[in-house]
Amino acid sequence: MPDYQWPDPAHRTLIGKRTSRVDSPDKVSGQARYTYDIKRPGMLYGKMVRSPYAHCKVLSIDISAAEKMPGVKAIEIVQKPGATIPWAGDEVVAVAAIDEATAEDAARAIQVKYQKLPHLVSDAEPPAGAGENQGPLSLDDLGDMLENQVPERQIVALIQEYGISFKPTEEDIKEAKDEGVPDSVIEAARTATVHPEAGTKTKSNYVKASVQSQGDVEKAFAEADAVAEGLYGAPVIVHCCMEAHGSTSEWTDPDHLFVHMSTQNVSGIAGQMAEPLKLPAANIRVHQDHVGGGFGSKFSPDRWGIVTAQLSKKADGKPVRMMLERDSELEVAGARPSAYARVKVGAKKDGTLVAWQSHSWGTGGPGGGGMPPIPYCFSIPNQHKEHTAIRNNIGPARAWRAPNHPQACVLTMSALDDLAAKLNMDPYEFFLKNLELTRLSKIYRDEFPLAAEMMGWKEKWHPRGQNISGNVARGVGLSLHTWGGRGHASDCDLSIHPDGSVDIKMGTQDIGTGTRTCIAVVAADALGLQATDIKLYIGDTLYPPSGGSGGSTTPGGVSSSTRRAVVDARDALFARVAPALSVQPDDLEARDGSVRVKSDTNRSLSWKEACSKIGATSITSHGHNDQAAAKNKPDLTNSGVGGVQMAEVAVDTETGIVKVTKMVAVQDCGLVIDPKMAESSVLGALIMGISYSLFEEKIMDPTTGRMLNADMEFYRLAGLNDIPELKVHMMTGPGYDERGVIGLGEPPVISSGAAISNAVANAIGVRVGVIPLTPAKVLAALNQKAGA
Amino acid sequence: MRAFDYVSPTSTRQAANLLSSTWGNTEILAGGTDLLALMKEDVVTPKRLVNIKEIADLRGLKSDSSGLRIGSLTTLAEVAEDAGVRGKFPAFAEAVHEAASPQIRHMATVGGNLCQRPRCWYFRNGLGLLPKDESGKELVEEGDNRYHAILGNDGPARFVSPSTIVPVLIAYGAKVRLEGPKGKRELPLEKFYVIPKTDLEREHDLQPNEIVTEVVIPPAAGWKVAHYEIRQKAAFDWPLAVAAVALKMDGSNVQAARVVLGHVAPTPWPSPQAEAALKGQPANEDSAKKAADAALVNAKPLSQNAYKVQLARVAVKRAILKAAGGAA
Amino acid sequence: MHDDESVLKTPEEPMEERSGVSRRDFLKISTIAAAVPVVSGTKMVLAAGEQVPVHGPGKVPMTFNVNGKTYKASLEPRVTLLDALRDSLDITGAKRVCDKAECGACTVLLDDKPVYACSMLAIEGQGKKITTVEALMENGKLHPIQQAFVDNDASQCGFCTPGFVVACKAMLDKHPNPTPDDLLHELSGNICRCGTYAGIRGAIAQAARKGA
Repeated sequence: MPDYQWPDPAHRTLIGKRTSRVDSPDKVSGQARYTYDIKRPGMLYGKMVRSPYAHCKVLSIDISAAEKMPGVKAIEIVQKPGATIPWAGDEVVAVAAIDEATAEDAARAIQVKYQKLPHLVSDAEPPAGAGENQGPLSLDDLGDMLENQVPERQIVALIQEYGISFKPTEEDIKEAKDEGVPDSVIEAARTATVHPEAGTKTKSNYVKASVQSQGDVEKAFAEADAVAEGLYGAPVIVHCCMEAHGSTSEWTDPDHLFVHMSTQNVSGIAGQMAEPLKLPAANIRVHQDHVGGGFGSKFSPDRWGIVTAQLSKKADGKPVRMMLERDSELEVAGARPSAYARVKVGAKKDGTLVAWQSHSWGTGGPGGGGMPPIPYCFSIPNQHKEHTAIRNNIGPARAWRAPNHPQACVLTMSALDDLAAKLNMDPYEFFLKNLELTRLSKIYRDEFPLAAEMMGWKEKWHPRGQNISGNVARGVGLSLHTWGGRGHASDCDLSIHPDGSVDIKMGTQDIGTGTRTCIAVVAADALGLQATDIKLYIGDTLYPPSGGSGGSTTPGGVSSSTRRAVVDARDALFARVAPALSVQPDDLEARDGSVRVKSDTNRSLSWKEACSKIGATSITSHGHNDQAAAKNKPDLTNSGVGGVQMAEVAVDTETGIVKVTKMVAVQDCGLVIDPKMAESSVLGALIMGISYSLFEEKIMDPTTGRMLNADMEFYRLAGLNDIPELKVHMMTGPGYDERGVIGLGEPPVISSGAAISNAVANAIGVRVGVIPLTPAKVLAALNQKAGA
Repeated sequence: MRAFDYVSPTSTRQAANLLSSTWGNTEILAGGTDLLALMKEDVVTPKRLVNIKEIADLRGLKSDSSGLRIGSLTTLAEVAEDAGVRGKFPAFAEAVHEAASPQIRHMATVGGNLCQRPRCWYFRNGLGLLPKDESGKELVEEGDNRYHAILGNDGPARFVSPSTIVPVLIAYGAKVRLEGPKGKRELPLEKFYVIPKTDLEREHDLQPNEIVTEVVIPPAAGWKVAHYEIRQKAAFDWPLAVAAVALKMDGSNVQAARVVLGHVAPTPWPSPQAEAALKGQPANEDSAKKAADAALVNAKPLSQNAYKVQLARVAVKRAILKAAGGAA
Repeated sequence: MHDDESVLKTPEEPMEERSGVSRRDFLKISTIAAAVPVVSGTKMVLAAGEQVPVHGPGKVPMTFNVNGKTYKASLEPRVTLLDALRDSLDITGAKRVCDKAECGACTVLLDDKPVYACSMLAIEGQGKKITTVEALMENGKLHPIQQAFVDNDASQCGFCTPGFVVACKAMLDKHPNPTPDDLLHELSGNICRCGTYAGIRGAIAQAARKGA
């Protein structure tokens, strides 16, 4: 009976040790090839003509001048005359030419006439009384909610209340199943009342979601000892992956497509390209060795990816590369929805939370923006929540690292921190007091004191505005967060060869999260080898499929499938080796590069010698982690992590400039395969958190409807010198290890905004409710405080 | 970028003759860190680039009776590392050392820095230097003007002057020398900058076929000079306000002052009001604050940039105190 | 003989964004009144009574010294050094990210000084010593700064890494024991989205200790 369970500490050879990233040498030496680096023989370059207007109709397209240009090999009209364009930068015409400069010249030579339509790019608070009720949901509405990880039951409830505006076909249902749409949502859509006329009505920009209430919020506020009110928010931001979106497509024959794509979903791309290209998915091969970031924006081939394949077909199947330029990348490759709220919270004088009321709004582009999960983490007994989604023309929404959670966290933890201040309570005590309202109170209880120790909270915390010296105000703030992270479906093919080499083939991807290292460590641990002894083949649809790198589901998925495969392979190896050592297979263990008898470790063979007993045919094994938890016996992954973060800031009260001077993160993710990778993930998230707390926002011009800062000059990311001391502690040991491997990519980015915002409030004595915390906003808050 | 041809004259005379007499057809290529970006965005579309880096006369730092002569092709890195500049004009060296990023400092030239185009995001998005929509609506006034001018902004120009090293050069009394087909001329640096009234003009007095040949800084003996920048990021971030101050002390009082603001107006902004407020006063916190208030007394914020008034005040105040505290 | 200023009139067609100019028309507009060519194949223009060679707008033969090797390519003047390295010479370590001197991913050394290859024309990379990240390894062994990046996990997705490695090397060559002030001034020109700065700090400290 194979023992797939994760080994306990005594039997681990590599799991839990600090192992260097196995693909780091390729990256530091410039050998790592990304999609952007791939050069195929005879490759053509693609460029896109994009709409300059945020909302318009295409009237006419004239490609005659471009067609005649020497070096132009294919032109594809993406949106024909009559099409309505929903955001500036949307694709209209694509062209492929022998080099990039020619493609640019050709794109410029294409003449498109547009009819401008009224646009909205603001996500300012909806006017009072504005907004129609939700109405029947369109396919787009559903897609948007799913992408923004709106909870299943919320979507089901909306479908049941409002019906849908389209009739789902069997095709739609199958596609939905393939894309992982939850069964409950599919079932609700299948049985929903259909209102086809709703699909054609002009929609208001403001859509009211149904009111959510529980308990008796009026009574609770009336009886509360303290009530705090405030306006909080987080704007639209973008992913700004260092490697832009894009791909190179070529037709190896009229029915087979070979795609190099910058993606975080290698195994899922072919299925999404099949229908639009009228090709069986099995005829599409996708390959990627390295990807320069995804952060949730690269799950789909996107329309430009499909168009690239179409250009290639028109150019006799020659490879065509189209990578997005930086401005297009920031304009159309995804936006994280905004969320703002007027929040009122109430508590008893001992800090116990009793009531939550919020009026929230936000945008995610044309699909509107759903209400983030507020109040975040804390199930406050009495609640009343209203939300208005703003449908506008800023561009398409996409999942951004921990979708909806950073926004929900800022809205909630800021409000709670303000309430703690009203009660003159140290927020540390206030949050501790209410931990029973969370689902992971045991984890938070473990983490809180560790975070406090690492930050020096007790020494550093002062009541608000009481740590000001000259014009420098100092403060500390904290926040907590949660995430799921159960491993996704994954398949692993593993071989042990007679020469001792070991290889693994998986259709997964490493988006910088250390997936390769995770797989290598899990395999090497069971075989008593080093991570670098495992030859890894990932990133190709020729290999067994794994899920997309989203939802922090990758480590749990790939480690589970790899564990099963390696245990089976090891058992098969031991069966071949046991006779040579005159023992039963169960008597053997693999450690330190050798296979030896457990009870008499002097009786051993080196790894190579042991493998030579395999015979002529390599040992192969296959491991599978199922999407459905119940099907995995034993279950090697889990869901539900919690984290706590603290920030320390220094604010120049004359200029409003905020400097983060220290951050602390305590995080759990079940069994930590490689603490070095885990820490990097958290450190990276803290840095991203500093960026989005202080610098990032997608800025739209109201008149032209265009993004004003579609560059890295004014879409600002933190530089090395903006980053202070960062301390990370991963929870390990009893209570954590036995939960299995849980994903880590997203959770640590959630709390950073709230922690920093709370630290600033603590420092200057007044809340700056909406991030990013720019000098303008901080000064405005200080001036208001001075005037008050 | 659109296609262009490329010439490398070896003398300023050749260069001046290769440049068109109207804007739009040719551009000077020095470091290229600004020009190439403008060309990639189609903001400028020259058909010819005149590379001036082969003109030996434009290189080097020399000292003579007029002061320190900095050839316009001197890179920012060369300036920042020059012992002579650091010794004699430390505030200028500091401003240069803080500018941009090391890679840019190794490529960008002093001449190019003086002539760089505004960062205004309407301009950089191809909507024009004095951007309006089809109905005549002024985009800056109606739109997002958080980084736009608070002084000199009666219109239509509302961008801010982009150079971070020019204010301190003006505080040092620097002059700029130009050469064109009509010969050579010299201007006080503050007169080099003009506020354009139409989209066909630029932000400086340079003719399309003139070249900046050198910057001359007169000896600074007796002046205490400081440069102060306010920016949100620690580095490589455009400032929200810049102030440069030069003080000539008479005992403990200010005998004469030069106060120049940057990144607050379409041109670098000398402030006679601040200078008058300092004259005869001690250089202390109180008078610095009063001078700072005086510098911003005429500020007219747009809808979203009122905070820049406060920042500019703080920059002036701190620059005064920094100058006062520093060595002559 | 008149000088060339009068040849460069305002073009026949206004530079309208929507209407393109065909390649053939463009060449007509920009053709310089050529004097007798001095070298066959090289066009000349007269300026202030002297002949000055004109290159482009069509392809120009170029020679580069990259990582100690000589490379030849025929490129238009508008091709940047970065695109020449990546697309013509298949030296893809330096990356294209912002393409506008804002992020540092394209950092290479030009005569040992760090520059942004995206903001230089290839034609101007001639006659210079160009060093890219690929030059740092020797006989398959990582350079100490590269090893330090590996040891301190200073890469996640890795797309900013080549630019950072080159920028770090340039800094350490100048400041073998960099102070925080050195980091502020010499490493401000590189951006990382994944957030590897803590690892990069560790890598620099290690490389400084061990000598890079």
